[in-house]
Amino acid sequence: MIEHLPALQVVLPLLAAPLILFLVRWPTLAWAFTTAVAWATFLVAALLLEQVWGGAVISYAHGGWEPPWGIEYRVDTVNAFVLLIIAGISAIVMPFARDSVEQEVAPDRIAWFYSAFLLANAGLLGIAITGDAFNIFVFFEISAIASYALIAMGRDRRALLSSFNYLIMGTIGTTFLLIGIGFMYMMTGTLNLADLAERLPEVRDTTTIRAAFAFIAVGVSLKLALFPLHLWLPNAYTYAPSMVTVFLSATATKVAIYVLLRFFYSVFGAEFSFGELPMDHVLMPLALLGILLPSIVAIFQDDVKRMLAYSSVAQVGYIILGISFATTLGLTASMLHLFNHAITKAALFMALGAIVYQIGGTQLNRMAGIARDMPWTMAAFVIGGLSLIGVPLTAGFITKWYLLLAALDSGYWPIAVFLLATSLLAVIYIWRVVEVAYFRERPADAPVVREAPLALLLPTWTLALASILFGIYTALPVAAASRAAAILMGGY
Amino acid sequence: MEWLGLYNYWVVVVLMMAGFYVVIAQGNLIKKIVGLNIFQTSVFIFYISLSKLEGGTAPIYVEGITAYSNPLPHVLILTAIVVGVALTAVGLALAVRIHEAYGSIEEDEIQAQDEEDARNA
Repeated sequence: MIEHLPALQVVLPLLAAPLILFLVRWPTLAWAFTTAVAWATFLVAALLLEQVWGGAVISYAHGGWEPPWGIEYRVDTVNAFVLLIIAGISAIVMPFARDSVEQEVAPDRIAWFYSAFLLANAGLLGIAITGDAFNIFVFFEISAIASYALIAMGRDRRALLSSFNYLIMGTIGTTFLLIGIGFMYMMTGTLNLADLAERLPEVRDTTTIRAAFAFIAVGVSLKLALFPLHLWLPNAYTYAPSMVTVFLSATATKVAIYVLLRFFYSVFGAEFSFGELPMDHVLMPLALLGILLPSIVAIFQDDVKRMLAYSSVAQVGYIILGISFATTLGLTASMLHLFNHAITKAALFMALGAIVYQIGGTQLNRMAGIARDMPWTMAAFVIGGLSLIGVPLTAGFITKWYLLLAALDSGYWPIAVFLLATSLLAVIYIWRVVEVAYFRERPADAPVVREAPLALLLPTWTLALASILFGIYTALPVAAASRAAAILMGGY
Repeated sequence: MEWLGLYNYWVVVVLMMAGFYVVIAQGNLIKKIVGLNIFQTSVFIFYISLSKLEGGTAPIYVEGITAYSNPLPHVLILTAIVVGVALTAVGLALAVRIHEAYGSIEEDEIQAQDEEDARNA
């Protein structure tokens, strides 16, 4: 059993997805089944991380076909960490999902909804766990196609066009990735990532490999919403059902960032990506612009969900900034932010989901004075907001701190100043919501609002408290992130 | 005449650019999907081309033959074609639902409707 954990990680949600369709007539049962699968998947991820914690690498040969011929699942601390983030968020979001999805999705579609959710989950886990380049492409598409369906189930008709645009841009991204993989296969005759890493140095100085690198970099950047390739993200996050926004914002872009790291550091090697090719000089300005501009745009949004979506683009900027330093410290900061931002943003979007559940929308003008009627929801929002800003004693502070250290360590002191300045932008857009919700009077003609039900509050608070917990008790994420960074710097 | 030997790759480049251009330039959602399909097809041809060995035959063991074409990219592309079909299906399904919701599949008309909604809200 234990040696088949890597396969179970993906097979569990993948097999469960079609099985849910037997429960089309019993939405609650479909939810319960999905919840059970999500938690089982989380357990598998936790066991995997525990197994590789000491630096061990698990290699799982599918169907007994030895790598590099067969498809290999390869788990080290880097992807075990990413797997835990994905599986953890999808497990925690499930208790939240029942009421929220029941309200936002038509009853006869709920089972289909959960089926697509598990497929997206399986796809994302598959991307993270596989050690095969072509397999990454296939899982990318599995998760992407399921996500398009999930986003299109939003109540607003604008969800449809957002999903369509995401489909177009996402497909261009993954097709670019496919071209890049083709170029690499052309030169090396292998698709196994570890094998590629071994064979690439011989043929590295060819135009073909440089083209492969460029295609993969651009394709994956589209998927991870690197500025200015982020155009699909704000609308997709804004109009998707609440639960989908929580899930995607915490996992989808994170997994794409992991793929970028894998290719840059493990497959091509840091020396090639940042030494021979100037990826650090390409990524850094994009990351800085990607933090600055979306943060400013976020300030002017009237829809809080859209505001947080822009903030997500900015947070991707922070993660890419850490990568662009091309140092172990910078990578540690990025890996940490992968984790901390997943928790923080999921908590924020869950709080918004609870607000949608009670008042039916997230427009700022409808939220006037809402904190009096929904104190617990708004308190969770404030905690998430503080973590997003990077206030001490929150998870967000830890990443900002490590980013600051990495910037100073590489001698980029203006970037350290820039980080502090952009945190103030986050203060502004979070404050706008706090000001409206806490200090404005509830309009006299506004409908009566009650606190969100416990089923929505508990998961929201779990994550809100987690973002405080991991701001105080930092040993676990920091250890995981720094080990992951060390592994990435060391190549495959 | 070396460039003539790369005939397949020239086709790939032309198709890729044509498809990519259609995706970006067309405002009609169905045409966008057609463009996307052409774009993907160019990649399929690219994979098939790189597996071809001059004078190589199908990978079936026959005595006296030493040169075989590589079958692996064919298998990969079969998978990619399935993925492409699924994407087209989802894309078209979305286009149908967009048509139901807006009565149009022209991007500018849909955006005009959305902007009007925003003004009235």
